[in-house]
Amino acid sequence: MKFETAAGTNPIDQMKVVGRAHDRIDGPLKTSGLAPYAYEQHDIPNVAYGHIVGSSVAKGRISSIDTAAAKAAPGVIAVVTAADAGKLGKGKNNTAKLLAGPDVDHYHQAVAVVVAETFEQARAAAALVRVDYARGKGRFDLTEALKTAPLVGGSGGPNSGEQAVDRVGKFEEAFAAAPVKLDAEYHTPDHTHAMMEPHASIASWTGDELTLWTSNQMIAWSKRDVALTLNMPEEKVRLISPYIGGGFGGKLFVRADAIMAALGAKAAKRPVKIALPRPFIANNTTHRPATHQRIRLGAKKDGTITAIAHESGSGDLPDGGPETAVSQTKLLYAGENRMMAMRLAVLDLPEGNAMRAPGEAPGMMALEIAMDEMAEKLGMDPVAFRIKNDTQVDPEKPERKFSQRQLVRCLREGADRFGWNQRNAKPMQVRDGPWMVGMGVASAFRNHINTKSAARVRLGRDGTVTVETDMTDIGTGTYTIIAQTAGEMMGVPAEAVTVKLGDSSFPAAAGSGGQWGAANSTAGVYAACVKLRDQVAQRLGFNSADAVFESGQVKSGNRTASLKEAAAAGELTAEDHIEFGKLGDEWQLSTFGAHFVEVGVHAYTGVSRIRRMLAVCAAGRILNPKSARSQVIGAMTMGVGSALMEELAVDRRFGFFVNHDLASYEVPVHADIPHQEVVFLDEADDKANPMKAKGVGELGLCGVGAAVANAIYNATGVRIRDYPITLDKYLDRLPEVA
Amino acid sequence: MKAFTYERASDPAAAARSVASKPGAKFIAGGTNLLDLMKIEVETPTHLVDVQDLDLDKIEKTSDGGLRIGALVSNTALAADQRIRRDYAVLTRAIVAGASGQLRNKASTGGNLLQRTRCPYFYDTNMPCNKRKPGTGCAAIGGYSRQLAVIGVSDKCIATFPGDMPVALRVLDAVVETVKPDGQRRSIPIADFHRLWGDKPEQDTVLEPGELITHVTLPRPLGGQHFYEKVRDRASYAFALVSVAAVIQPDGTGRVAFGGMAPKPWRVAEAEALLPQGAAAVTARAFQGATPTKDNAFKLPLATRALASVIAQAKA
Repeated sequence: MKFETAAGTNPIDQMKVVGRAHDRIDGPLKTSGLAPYAYEQHDIPNVAYGHIVGSSVAKGRISSIDTAAAKAAPGVIAVVTAADAGKLGKGKNNTAKLLAGPDVDHYHQAVAVVVAETFEQARAAAALVRVDYARGKGRFDLTEALKTAPLVGGSGGPNSGEQAVDRVGKFEEAFAAAPVKLDAEYHTPDHTHAMMEPHASIASWTGDELTLWTSNQMIAWSKRDVALTLNMPEEKVRLISPYIGGGFGGKLFVRADAIMAALGAKAAKRPVKIALPRPFIANNTTHRPATHQRIRLGAKKDGTITAIAHESGSGDLPDGGPETAVSQTKLLYAGENRMMAMRLAVLDLPEGNAMRAPGEAPGMMALEIAMDEMAEKLGMDPVAFRIKNDTQVDPEKPERKFSQRQLVRCLREGADRFGWNQRNAKPMQVRDGPWMVGMGVASAFRNHINTKSAARVRLGRDGTVTVETDMTDIGTGTYTIIAQTAGEMMGVPAEAVTVKLGDSSFPAAAGSGGQWGAANSTAGVYAACVKLRDQVAQRLGFNSADAVFESGQVKSGNRTASLKEAAAAGELTAEDHIEFGKLGDEWQLSTFGAHFVEVGVHAYTGVSRIRRMLAVCAAGRILNPKSARSQVIGAMTMGVGSALMEELAVDRRFGFFVNHDLASYEVPVHADIPHQEVVFLDEADDKANPMKAKGVGELGLCGVGAAVANAIYNATGVRIRDYPITLDKYLDRLPEVA
Repeated sequence: MKAFTYERASDPAAAARSVASKPGAKFIAGGTNLLDLMKIEVETPTHLVDVQDLDLDKIEKTSDGGLRIGALVSNTALAADQRIRRDYAVLTRAIVAGASGQLRNKASTGGNLLQRTRCPYFYDTNMPCNKRKPGTGCAAIGGYSRQLAVIGVSDKCIATFPGDMPVALRVLDAVVETVKPDGQRRSIPIADFHRLWGDKPEQDTVLEPGELITHVTLPRPLGGQHFYEKVRDRASYAFALVSVAAVIQPDGTGRVAFGGMAPKPWRVAEAEALLPQGAAAVTARAFQGATPTKDNAFKLPLATRALASVIAQAKA
């Protein structure tokens, strides 16, 4: 099904099943420990255990590897290094190789895998592999590297062909002439995904065919990249990923656990399982790159922005890409004269790549502080300043309208609900015992991305409906919304639908990433269900155009039959995909929101704690308010982490992230998150897809960090532009206490 | 983790003898720190002597009105004991400010005293670390040192003692009781128990090889108001940037020790005598001669502000 014109009325609009706060259908499995994650496929016989040896240097060359002691250790079956692995390729989505040798590209890059009878034996033997390196000189300092870094366009990096600098009007002149100006720099640090389930895989070979049970967000991409890496035909690779314990972008790609398990299994001639140990995740896998951002805003005295520039610099390994932190600034606010640019430095730190809301998450952390600062300079309320500069068209291409944009309503409704009018615009005015209390606001913005997505739907002879798609559920609620979609389309409750996900033998779906998963994968299921409805009608001899599917029945005119009757003569199967025409070029598809935060900063110790949070989101039709709310509160929590504590500390001498475990890389705990509220505006975006839905899981993150920063400013009068906002950065600017 | 042999001891002196007689042997009680370190081969004991069956899990009155805490009393049980809560509240507050409920259930009183540093370079076996591997150097000096010590350090090591409970024990003048392999017992004042790093950062405490902690004794109660102010980046399950254990008397005098600042709980008699003059006077004296890094210099003003918070609460 090609989606080329705005969606008319369709069965989803009934909203009998879709749009309901349905409990997660995988919930009981998850809470009882019965959902088998990649590492927990216990019915695979004769599994051996792999343990990866990571490089102890960040840059250099392996001069020798001595595996004799490891091979002689108890229980060891095989040791594989680049020398024994045969010629390996590289996945399209991998910047660095997943197995180093002879060159080493980054710290903890895999240099060997040890396979043994037990996990403990593999781990102990891995420590016996002796690797000698000729240490090379690496580039590890972003500030230094950005001094000479070239401009790049787009997320595709240097070779994307995208324009390096986006200009509209004459920014420099307009900025110089503006009566009110801001010119400020903001820093965001490297972040690690810190998902609960580490990267894990089991590899099993049958002849030249490979089956990988792996924790992965994007089955089709990763199937392709496994084949490319192992130099084998794609059709010989099968990926299975039914349950995933979080990914946040860290599992968009094939990583060393999968490839080393495959190589280990080949050498051991047995299935091999590998989970990355927690201390590996920060340096062996990908991370969100640090950014240095400069924002310049010029405005008239009435608050109209006349000049807006956003420049961002980040670093990555050679042939990597930039963190696209300027992307939201192209679209969020009006302003006649505009300039956006990115620089990309070469760094020899581990690979930078997507983490939840890449681009917008760090971009909004900067832009929305800048907006707060500018509002203060103008003497305007920060909500009013944002509303003043709303735009209903793409500011770079005014002929393109937003398909739906209710930013203003999000801000107004949020302000009302949060009690924003109680905020004192002057900082440091509100005390609650030793706590200095402040409120902050930020807009939320994240683009919606349309992408092809396929599914197969079966109507069994017993009347049951089964959906099969390689779509993944990374804890987001995919199982449930797909069941709701198929239920709505076929006129049965969600409980009557069996959903099978995460198997590359199923039709290729959108996958989970970039908050595109929910809307696209359900649209693909919608397309397949339209076909199945035709088949059902045909079987029953009904006119498919006026057939109504409800309560397990199919009605057409005065005739009624049960769904089961349609399949009595044999199972019906329909497969289709959704794909998109030019509607997305004609209309800008984005999601909007507003974040409100109240913080307390301890006047003595400087400790800052969140007191309450509110998000108001406008993201098209909400397919399941319960799972959508869970997504947004999780994102708000992640936003608090990025505001107050998360930072991968870079050792610029050795070239690695030092705090590579969850004791030293702190993410929020329950005690950090007291009260969160989420409101969804009642929307349906007919330009987006037949579901009229857009993404929401990343919207909930974009802007949170800045809302916290702005609240801290309101509480203390101290403006911090360098995340995370830890107390050491402002202690000396708090009032004297002793 | 390297393979090791294992035994369960039934008598303290025998346990001590067993550890002393085998090179590379260690005691294990709750194992909350040791097992983690063994998994990443920061600790590589060849033999473990498990002391969990020893009869050391009681809290008893002493003849001079204090309490004698068995080394195997769990952190949870110690914090919850009515006598501790009533008479030594600083200890309860320090314990519950640390770790998580699950860890406190498992962690023992003796083991808590023996926690090893959380310096990230100590945890990464690819990095030089004089504490982990004597003579290799210190990667933390000139590296990421935000959590590390500002005083009592040496050019060999700038690690911090990470615990909370021992900071309260320091304020209470607790005494650590041990048994040696020859059966001899000794009492070590908590002030002398942890070492400054000097030339031997690999040695955290004054315990001799095989010497086993059997009890921790608290002198009679001090009265006063008890505080444990722990400052950290997140609200729970994090090590202190700075902590303050204090017992403040109605006349404004009292005792104060600091955590997160040094290789050991940091208490300076001359400094605490200045309590009536306010926080700045106390910390100026307590941290005289401190040598912070660029990353952790904030701990000095933070210690002052945390103590000022305690003094303000005491006056309120």
